[in-house]
Amino acid sequence: MSRAAAHDHASQAAAFVSDSRRAHWHDQALWFVRAKRDKAAHGVAEWERLREDAAAIKRHTLARLAEYLEQFEQAAKGCGAHVHWAATAEDHNRIVLDILREHQARRVVKSKSMLTEECELNAYLTGNGIDVVDTDLGERIVQLRGESPSHIVLPAIHITKEEVGDTFHRYLGTDAGASDPTYLAEAARGHLRQKFLRADAGITGVNFAIAETGGLVVCTNEGNADLGVSLPSLHIACMGIEKLIPRVEDLGVFLRLLARSATGQPITAYTSHFHGPNPGGDLHIVLVDNGRSGIRSRPKFFDALRCIRCGACMNTCPVYRRSGGDSYGATIPGPIGSVLHPLRDIATHASLPYACSLCGSCSDVCPVRIPLHAQLLAMRGEVAESGELAWSKRMLMKFTSVVLRHTWLYRVAGGAVRWMVPRLPRRVVYNRWNIWGRNRELPDMPRRSFRALYRRRHGS
Amino acid sequence: MDPKQTILARLRDHPLEDVPLPDLDGPWTTYEDPLGQFRTTLQAVGGLAVDVADGESPDAALRQVAAYRDARKICSLVPDIIRGNVSMDGASSPHELEDIDFCIAAGQFAVAENAAVWVTDQNARHRVIYFLAQHLALIVSARDIVHNLHDAYRKIAFAQRGYGLFISGPSKTADIEQSLVIGAHGPRSLTVLLVGSSMRSGAG
Repeated sequence: MSRAAAHDHASQAAAFVSDSRRAHWHDQALWFVRAKRDKAAHGVAEWERLREDAAAIKRHTLARLAEYLEQFEQAAKGCGAHVHWAATAEDHNRIVLDILREHQARRVVKSKSMLTEECELNAYLTGNGIDVVDTDLGERIVQLRGESPSHIVLPAIHITKEEVGDTFHRYLGTDAGASDPTYLAEAARGHLRQKFLRADAGITGVNFAIAETGGLVVCTNEGNADLGVSLPSLHIACMGIEKLIPRVEDLGVFLRLLARSATGQPITAYTSHFHGPNPGGDLHIVLVDNGRSGIRSRPKFFDALRCIRCGACMNTCPVYRRSGGDSYGATIPGPIGSVLHPLRDIATHASLPYACSLCGSCSDVCPVRIPLHAQLLAMRGEVAESGELAWSKRMLMKFTSVVLRHTWLYRVAGGAVRWMVPRLPRRVVYNRWNIWGRNRELPDMPRRSFRALYRRRHGS
Repeated sequence: MDPKQTILARLRDHPLEDVPLPDLDGPWTTYEDPLGQFRTTLQAVGGLAVDVADGESPDAALRQVAAYRDARKICSLVPDIIRGNVSMDGASSPHELEDIDFCIAAGQFAVAENAAVWVTDQNARHRVIYFLAQHLALIVSARDIVHNLHDAYRKIAFAQRGYGLFISGPSKTADIEQSLVIGAHGPRSLTVLLVGSSMRSGAG
């Protein structure tokens, strides 16, 4: 095909599922997380009300985003923080580098931030002579392996403990062949503790930013964000502009939903609230647009900006679980990523809205009620309109449309198929254009059409 | 145009339908026995609840925790209640606290629904102690337990500057094949001393 840069989910997924044992293992691991989420959600009587309130708060905030951003900036400055604005990923990266240089910081410890993944900050900083260490255990594993996170909450969910063992043996000197998670995590603890103690600066993402107080909330289970911004005196917090919430009390709603949706925990082990810098230190907050204002102006899709990055839609998605996060070729995989990425670059990500069976489970588990399956369907329309639809799909649609518009043609075609398919050699029916038949058997052809059966039973 | 004005202009150029903020006054889930709920949840998240009856010595109660008995360097942020042997104020840099075995600090209140304890940097010159110590114990009055997170945020007043933190259980990770490992980067154990809990139920 003509688009060399375009990413094709189906072919990447085919590579993943070719190892069926691994694909099954991946599916089970995520289903386990999904099951924990269900248990946690069912344990909260007012779960549906929380989802409704969360959606309303986010909708309200998005409508008044300019106002709340200014309020936040003023309040954060009042707490002693520096606030920067970045229209693009490039702006963001340059701002972060400038702050680091101003502080002569060379060694940086970073906690999980999908925004900095989106901006490809690590590569940029490394290219400019900064030593960047990801400190979330899963992120450190993928960083050492030269990979990228395959899930937004569980970055190393696609890697087996044996593979982690090999990686740690190579880079951290653990025993060859050792794969016990406790042993490996202990080795990482020792390794990363030294990184924390020697760091010049800490970079974190932001889960929520409170407009009324200028505060930031960061959630982790490991405690890595806090170690990273409490040992070095410089804290740089990078956030998308959609992370804002108006009031402190709104945290009650979101924090009750977030960890339960993500991992089935009632709350993360640590939920840190930063108002201004550590005494004697500096806090820089970088507010990043990078396409968000554009998404906000798309009436069919702006709800996607409510996302709080819990990952529940990935854990429940039958396609994600079976195809792995890497098959999406995108920073954010799964249902939400399949909406967000085509909104930024439809040509590259045109295949993503088709990585979906429209089962709707993502919409059902989403804590902020993003109508994900409806958005994925609408996105297919966008793909078709933009001319990015694959040739085979386009032809199939045209053909189907003609047949369905002409009753006589539909009858003739149905009759022909019922008569011909059982008589044709298998290799003709399962030809290379029969995409459906690649991994599936066609149903047995009925002898009579539904119309004929109906007429026989009820007369005409 | 500077980036701030660019972003704000992009947002203002596309007005969206205004949706009112919901009223979050509840009613929300409450518990008949918030203390019991807290204990159960704390256990589920890998923490240990230790009851300290009125008049009982918190230090004696904490001695049932092996990590405390074995600790060599103990930093207490509540020296009036439990004496440590390393003073936080003596450390001019947080890095000097690197080898603290055990830290004891005050929790302002606790939340029944998720076993979170609210702590601040008010008496902690180096907030990193909550993460750097190998083991952590928090002292909370058994009377200061709220039902849910909504109640919790009604109790918190953020000052102009400062740091506050909910701690629910010890540091943990499941990043290697979803196997839960306690003690990722931060404390390997979390003990919550519930002071004034009339019922003695042992170490949960």
